[in-house]
Amino acid sequence: MLSFHKNTFRHGVHPPEYKDETRGLPIRQFPFAPVIILPTVQHIGAPSEIVVREGQEVLRGQLLAKSGGYVSVPVHAPVSGTIRKITNVPTITGKMVPGIYLEAFPASGQEVMEGTPIEIETATGEEILQGIQAAGIVGLGGAAFPTHVKLKIPEDKCCEVLIINGIECEPFLTTDHRVMLEQADDIFMGIRYLLKATGAKRVIIGIEANKQDAAKHLKGQAPNDLPVTIKVVPVKYPQGSEKMLITSLLGYEVPSGGLPIEVDSVVVNVATTAEIGRLLPHGRGIQERVVTITGPGVKKKGNYLIPVGTPLRYVLEQVGVDKHISEVYMGGPMMGVAVSNLDISIVKGTSGILVFGEKDVKKTSKVYPCIKCGACVDACPISLNPSRLGILAKFEAYDQMVEDYHLLDCFECGSCSYVCPSHIPLVQYFRLSKSIVRKRQAIKQAAANVN
Amino acid sequence: MLTRTLNISTSPHIAKGISTDVIMQNVVWALVPATLFAAYSFGISAVLVISVSVISCVLTEHFLCKFSKKGSTISDWSAVITGLLLGLTLPPIFPLWMTFCGGVIAIALGKFVFGGLGYNVFNPALVGRAVLQAAFPVAITTWYPAFLENRFTSVATSLTALPFMQPTFDGTSGATPLSAFKFDHITANTSDLALGLVSGSTGETCAALIFLGGLYLIARNMMNWRIPVAILGSVFVFSGVLYLFDSQVYPSPVFMIFSGGLMLGAMFMATDMVGSPITSLGVVIYGVFIGVLVVVIRIWGGLPEGVMYAILLGNALSPQIDKMIKPRVYGTANHKK
Ligand code: SF4
Ligand code: SF4
Repeated sequence: MLSFHKNTFRHGVHPPEYKDETRGLPIRQFPFAPVIILPTVQHIGAPSEIVVREGQEVLRGQLLAKSGGYVSVPVHAPVSGTIRKITNVPTITGKMVPGIYLEAFPASGQEVMEGTPIEIETATGEEILQGIQAAGIVGLGGAAFPTHVKLKIPEDKCCEVLIINGIECEPFLTTDHRVMLEQADDIFMGIRYLLKATGAKRVIIGIEANKQDAAKHLKGQAPNDLPVTIKVVPVKYPQGSEKMLITSLLGYEVPSGGLPIEVDSVVVNVATTAEIGRLLPHGRGIQERVVTITGPGVKKKGNYLIPVGTPLRYVLEQVGVDKHISEVYMGGPMMGVAVSNLDISIVKGTSGILVFGEKDVKKTSKVYPCIKCGACVDACPISLNPSRLGILAKFEAYDQMVEDYHLLDCFECGSCSYVCPSHIPLVQYFRLSKSIVRKRQAIKQAAANVN
Repeated sequence: MLTRTLNISTSPHIAKGISTDVIMQNVVWALVPATLFAAYSFGISAVLVISVSVISCVLTEHFLCKFSKKGSTISDWSAVITGLLLGLTLPPIFPLWMTFCGGVIAIALGKFVFGGLGYNVFNPALVGRAVLQAAFPVAITTWYPAFLENRFTSVATSLTALPFMQPTFDGTSGATPLSAFKFDHITANTSDLALGLVSGSTGETCAALIFLGGLYLIARNMMNWRIPVAILGSVFVFSGVLYLFDSQVYPSPVFMIFSGGLMLGAMFMATDMVGSPITSLGVVIYGVFIGVLVVVIRIWGGLPEGVMYAILLGNALSPQIDKMIKPRVYGTANHKK
């Protein structure tokens, strides 16, 4: 048996793409909502610290909250207006976090405030990283991890290959596709900054075969002086995950528990790259992002440029949804999160909004016992045994899950649950088990520190 | 204004859409041709044996669930499969009360004591049959000729024997090809075997129709094709080597493949997902193990047929295979460049 196949990774699944309805629709500007809700937690890491006060008038692009530490990013005003209230605001996890209600000026001209530009010719790598943090940039593919942290190459490592992730393997989503078609210049500008920041010698843009037009377009637009290759790989979920993508493009695996830099690479999402290329030359902060709004329950499907902080309720009212909507997800259908409260807002990590009506969701699929069909084993890109892990989770045998069955290598891609004929909520089990294991480890750690 | 309460579900929000009960139903459909052929070749007797077996399995499952205060699980169709498989492996004149007992044992002992569907170690139908074989050695090896003139108008007298009475058999003339070979060294015609024009268990005789049913499941991606391929392949190769070695003593590989319960066992019993290993490499090892065992038992064992024991041993070995054969987890080898 081959350990890996050319241009792809082991296992994975092929869910239907559902991209046809929006892939051809150009990005359109979304109107400004009368009130914008900005949580201080839109990224992984420490919350941002609010630097404005209630009643203050702010300009579009103005700093509203600064980074709360190194692993943190600032928040900028997506619209000119008045700070109405500083209080706890709802987020998708159900947790309330400190945030800002910003009332937009009616019919505001919306001039954007400029900061200190980061010039590509003169800036040092370190200055670029600071510029990226100052712009509030996080992974726009959905992870929302602060990009400057990821780009910081440890002293003893070196980055050889910069990988630009244009895979977008989640069904329904077409934001990266549109960004590649419409923002080629920004992408290549972003690549220049990234090359300088990481010291990488070459760049590979990875694109799935269902976006041949984007690959062709980028090939045509690529400046001659950039060491960039565009590589088209077969369509397969979860190819957009960093590790799978590295295996597909380079043929080797990232060590278990390690980061891409251990195999001398850094992976950056293509929309994030475009954002860097667009914002840094003007010293601006991130104010909006492209979101695919689709799903059977949506009337005006499309790819929209939506101001960060726009309330979900406002978004759905603008695009029009069926009377009988029953489920709304933020992100793709494989890893996205179901929304319980329409008063949350679009955040930096929101790549898609999917709306399903009552008749579109197969309700309460009956759960059967695991029949050991092996479908999950053949689907797991990490080559775990989800069937066994699922049974162990039921018996709460967490230690065995970690030690004998590599639970902590599971990155919750959902491929196993997707194929399971018995409809066992495997990923949910693993998510829970992982958080219990992590908590236990933290307690052990704390106890060890006390002694 | 949107005021609806939204449903919350966990990701992934889409599913492949194949479902366990549908897989089970399809296994039943795949067994229909072999079942119809059994009815055609052995008449009313076969219909009765199969029906009683299915009914007994389904009833047992239903009542055991009720007694243990669980929801009835008969809607997953797995009890129907067990009943069908058990019925098809019994002789067509097997006393009905014994058949009924077999069904009860298959579900209760083969499945329920382990915790129900998914937790059983052995194929329930084979457990039922193994117990019947131990309890009623004469009845289970008394064969009956196929295609009797009166098969659609009368039933064998042994069929309706009262419980715990010694049944009288009127079908001793129907030696199976395997026993004929084993004890009298007569090899049956291959095409008769493949088409089921011979004597044997109710539903094991027509290898071609069983094969077709299996192909259907493989085509629908509901059966792991590696298992029948590994079993039939290893039987063919192993017995082929022996045949080349001495064609007077050993039966031909084609005869081996098409005779007895091998086709039904390889296609429908060894492929029971619950009792087979979970990895692709694992099922190949499992299949070869069963195939070799079948040949060994048939040729050197004291019994004419060994498929049942071979599969049961394979089932017993499966958990061990799964412990030993684990795919290499991503990122755990020395890989870089
Ligand atoms: S896919 Fe589901 S039923 Fe099949 S082995 Fe995995 S957990 Fe069990
Ligand atoms: S969710 Fe975890 S166990 Fe399931 S397929 Fe993905 S990595 Fe494997």
